[in-house]
Amino acid sequence: MLTKRRDATSGRARLQGFAAGLASGVLDRRSFLRRSGLAAGGAAALGTLSLGSVRKAKAGPMQPGVAVEIKKNICTHCSVGCTVIAEVQNGVWVGQEPAWDSPINRGSHCAKGASVRELVHGDRRLKYPMKLVNGEWTRIGWDQAISEIGDKMTEIRQKSGADSVYLLGSAKFSNEGAYLFRKFAAFWGTNSVDHQARICHSTTVAGVANTWGYGAQTNSYNDIRNSKTIIFMGSNAAEAHPVSLQHVLTGKETNRANMIVLDPRFTRTAAHATEYVRFRSGTDIAVIWGMLHHIFANGWEDKTFIEQRVYGMDQIKAEVAKWTPAEVERVSGIPGEQLKKVAETFAKQRPSTFIWCMGGTQHTVGTANVRAYCNLLLATGNVGVFGGGANIFRGHCNVQGATDLGLDITTLPLYYGLVEGAWKHWARVWEVDYEYFQSRFDEVPAKGGRPARTRKENMETPGIPSTRWFDATLSDPEDVDQRDALKAMVIFGHGGNTVPRMPEMVKGLEKLELLVVADPHPTTFAAISGRKNGTYLLPICTQFETSGSRSASNRSIQWGEQVVKPIFESKDDYEVIYRLSEKLGFAEQMFKNIKVENKRPVPEDLLREINRGGFSTGYSGQSPERLKAHMRNQDKFDLVTLRAKADVAEVGGDYYGLPWPCWGTPAIKHPGTHTLYNTNLHVKDGGGTFRARFGVVYAEKQPDGTSKNVNLLAEGSYSLGSELTDGYPEFTYGVLKKLGWDKDLTEAEVATITKIGGANPDAVGWAIDLSGGIIRVALDHGCIPFGNGKARAVAWNLPDPVPVHREPIYSSRPELVGQYPTRPDGRQFRMANIGLSVQKAAVDKGFAKSFPIILTSGRLVEYEGGGEETRSNRWLAELQQDMFVEVNPADAAERGIADGSFVWVTGPENNSKARVKALVTDRVGRGVAFMPFHFAGAFQGVDQRGNYPKGTDPIVLGESVNTITTYGYDPVTGMHEGKVTLCQIRAA
Amino acid sequence: MARVKFLCDADRCIECNACVTACKNEHDVPWGINRRRVVTINDGKPGERSVSMACMHCTDAPCAAVCPVSCFYTTADAVVLHSKDLCIGCGYCFYACPFGAPQYPKVGNFGSRGKMDKCTYCAGGPEADLTSAEYVKYGSNRLAEGKLPICAEMCSTKSLLAGDGDIIASIYKERVMKRGYGSGAWGWKTAYKETIAS
Repeated sequence: MLTKRRDATSGRARLQGFAAGLASGVLDRRSFLRRSGLAAGGAAALGTLSLGSVRKAKAGPMQPGVAVEIKKNICTHCSVGCTVIAEVQNGVWVGQEPAWDSPINRGSHCAKGASVRELVHGDRRLKYPMKLVNGEWTRIGWDQAISEIGDKMTEIRQKSGADSVYLLGSAKFSNEGAYLFRKFAAFWGTNSVDHQARICHSTTVAGVANTWGYGAQTNSYNDIRNSKTIIFMGSNAAEAHPVSLQHVLTGKETNRANMIVLDPRFTRTAAHATEYVRFRSGTDIAVIWGMLHHIFANGWEDKTFIEQRVYGMDQIKAEVAKWTPAEVERVSGIPGEQLKKVAETFAKQRPSTFIWCMGGTQHTVGTANVRAYCNLLLATGNVGVFGGGANIFRGHCNVQGATDLGLDITTLPLYYGLVEGAWKHWARVWEVDYEYFQSRFDEVPAKGGRPARTRKENMETPGIPSTRWFDATLSDPEDVDQRDALKAMVIFGHGGNTVPRMPEMVKGLEKLELLVVADPHPTTFAAISGRKNGTYLLPICTQFETSGSRSASNRSIQWGEQVVKPIFESKDDYEVIYRLSEKLGFAEQMFKNIKVENKRPVPEDLLREINRGGFSTGYSGQSPERLKAHMRNQDKFDLVTLRAKADVAEVGGDYYGLPWPCWGTPAIKHPGTHTLYNTNLHVKDGGGTFRARFGVVYAEKQPDGTSKNVNLLAEGSYSLGSELTDGYPEFTYGVLKKLGWDKDLTEAEVATITKIGGANPDAVGWAIDLSGGIIRVALDHGCIPFGNGKARAVAWNLPDPVPVHREPIYSSRPELVGQYPTRPDGRQFRMANIGLSVQKAAVDKGFAKSFPIILTSGRLVEYEGGGEETRSNRWLAELQQDMFVEVNPADAAERGIADGSFVWVTGPENNSKARVKALVTDRVGRGVAFMPFHFAGAFQGVDQRGNYPKGTDPIVLGESVNTITTYGYDPVTGMHEGKVTLCQIRAA
Repeated sequence: MARVKFLCDADRCIECNACVTACKNEHDVPWGINRRRVVTINDGKPGERSVSMACMHCTDAPCAAVCPVSCFYTTADAVVLHSKDLCIGCGYCFYACPFGAPQYPKVGNFGSRGKMDKCTYCAGGPEADLTSAEYVKYGSNRLAEGKLPICAEMCSTKSLLAGDGDIIASIYKERVMKRGYGSGAWGWKTAYKETIAS
């Protein structure tokens, strides 16, 4: 095998080179420790030891006799949310211990979690603020950095407008940091504020929320222990979420559950499956419709569930009828009999759960894919039950929380959207005039025959997705529907190698007037382009060096305490955002109700503000006090139910981490919701129904042109103990009055509602009632505040209301493109989406012949995201030293490619090329290649190590897969096509 | 006295390498030395299985048998340890070991390998327990603190088990009974051939 961990020789050959680097690193660290007055007594002994002796750096060892402080935080890598126990002596993190009490990881970690200590010792961190001066990295101070950045932002604002500054946030923020960054964007006056959810699960959030209410994992990792059938589709959890496999594999063993993996690649997850199904990348809808074909044909669907709780399944049935086993096999390559077996297992051996990740979401049809998955779950009655559900494994450690808190171009915090009511709600929470925000936004002139926008219209218009910021930089300003093209990028905690078309991205970077990278590492953004000036690097500490809460994928919120003080000159996100807002002149307004200590806003206060405004998603009950109590009492929660026994002090009856929705104010002590939409439980025990967010009736168009009103509320289905035993709409003050329940409101609550409602208090809904009274009363009557509706199998407000199969832009099967073309060209998010033109051109140019191999991408267990942080971690970097491409043995033989040799991978756009090692393996099918997406620092054959500020280059560099990946955007969210393109491979 | 063991449940191992980095972290093992590693067979093919390997602390350890300076010794808990003060870096143990456990810090010829390093079962070495002297040469001594090896404690799927052999055996037996097929143990098919399902 190649370079991988199992090959001793390649590691050896490189050892000497790296040893030199490590030796200097040791010196740095030792001198650092000496400065802190921590020089160890053993330092003399160290000098006489040869390089390879066990102990070299003195940062690690426990000092006998020195007091050990134990700190609890959460792993900063994936979304499983493993607790990290840190041992600290004299302010230095000296050891990591297993966190046995956490019900999520029970002491376990993966390679990344077991090595997080290195993140706060890493000598490759960015140590102080820097700027580029005529192409040279120069050290500057914080005050100078903030002042110059602020001045430049203001200049661009005056010249080109607020929308010309792009604010890219991070899934590595704490909830409080994410919220603060979104709030910062509101005060700055742009909706172009985004983060990694755009490129991992934006299509999930849009698709799932449009189906049944909230766009989040319905159950939990732990709950998979209850499943009888587990499907992974486009998810390689063994590498992406390793600790989740603890629950999956235990469940598989104890229930003798079926574990079915559908994936174009035989992943490490597939290696543990009871059934593996290979299919062609990008044909998910055909596969799911193929399964439903068998299910409907044999009557395996859950008819009662569909009748009571689902709208529009008959329309799905009509589409599914077209997907005969023969057609499914023609399009996807899956034999009919195998798929029938999978469909029967999923429908009959319940509860069944469906797990998907970026294999499903990162497509031009991402949102439609996700809705197809949901339909499979709905048709088989697998939603709202323990052991079932859509177990959507999110990516980064707080991508769920950052999404919830509105680091998104289409919404303010907690999914209130951008409509006037949403702005007014947050203006009330922030105690700032609504008009002030309006004044901060640009007026947009009419462009290219498209209408102009007033300030108010602009503040209600979604921003530009992070996948396309460089299109907004490079395009003719006339084609970008905002005042001017993009001039500045302010990037917090986000890799630069994360979206396709990197050759164009580099041009975009070079055209920016201002580039600010605020991150523990310089990131690809700092190193990849030929920028000479106008570039700032701000060292941000990791979440281990600050405190705050983060939401795991299962919606549990965990509070992390500061392990050590920020190292070097780094600062936490809170302080840097504060300093920027101070410089820009709105700090006083923005931090009106938040305590600021030495320019650092207190995260507990930030969370309290989130609680005050976060009713819509049930982020209102998780006060810092409650979350901290959960961390103290982790051992009280059950491993499978995640619930503490009722009689336990502090946390009795709660679900671990108060998974949202945790209804109402903290005072009413809602336990959180382990399983969404579960009618078998009382709403006060975390039960619920599908959210009635799409109205009460829908005027459905009939074939004869007339329309018929269809009931959208649940029929005869309700959560346990509900006083309303049928469907009901969302609660408002008016609904309470109709039911006569308004008498249960206190005077103070009524006063708040009346104040919010002004002339029309009856219209005040549960989500904007800042008293929490409407929610409290609804719960008291056993009702869920958001109503009891039907899930929508058909989302009439989205393109393709019934999901239909569409070929990828760069399809390997041009003969199918005519029958299944991508969506017509259109405009979304202020820019043109010319997917169909690109697809047509690809067919006309015969790219399927000149680039005959399907290229897909994914994760490695050792690395995370763009990989700068993990590739700088010596313990991880050693395990995975080379970027590679997986090639099928047949394809390799045809091309004379030997395992471990260098190859050129070329792509159909921009004459792109990447020089990587070949890993010849059956893991990928014939005509398919796979590349991991964590690498950067080499670009089209050129090593860029010298472009990083000295001493901050990651240990391992490599070509990025996104140099090769190509055009293609989901029309609903702007998600890029990261999983299917075409390439050619030849020996280098 | 308990006899401690490692056992890797190949049905559970997902090659996540937590055991490898946990070990590096705990003992600050330098680049190029791997006290533990994960080996995968049939990589990328049906039947792919991984197993985490380190010093297996053999009952009659071949490394000890061939060591010309007798630097190995077995503790009362049946952990095989060695003295770096005695080790001459000859490399015989490396050839004798069926698991590739011994590691050498240097690359070169004729005795320039440096002192051999290997998994200590988180039990340190001959120096006094929990001293800096011990830590510098062998890494931390978790056994002396009443803890088990960090690799097993942090295993993501509870695949790698460490501790008293009898207890491990009972845990493993229970898993095998629940699974109701073969054993999932690496080597099962080698021992019992294909006729017995795995």
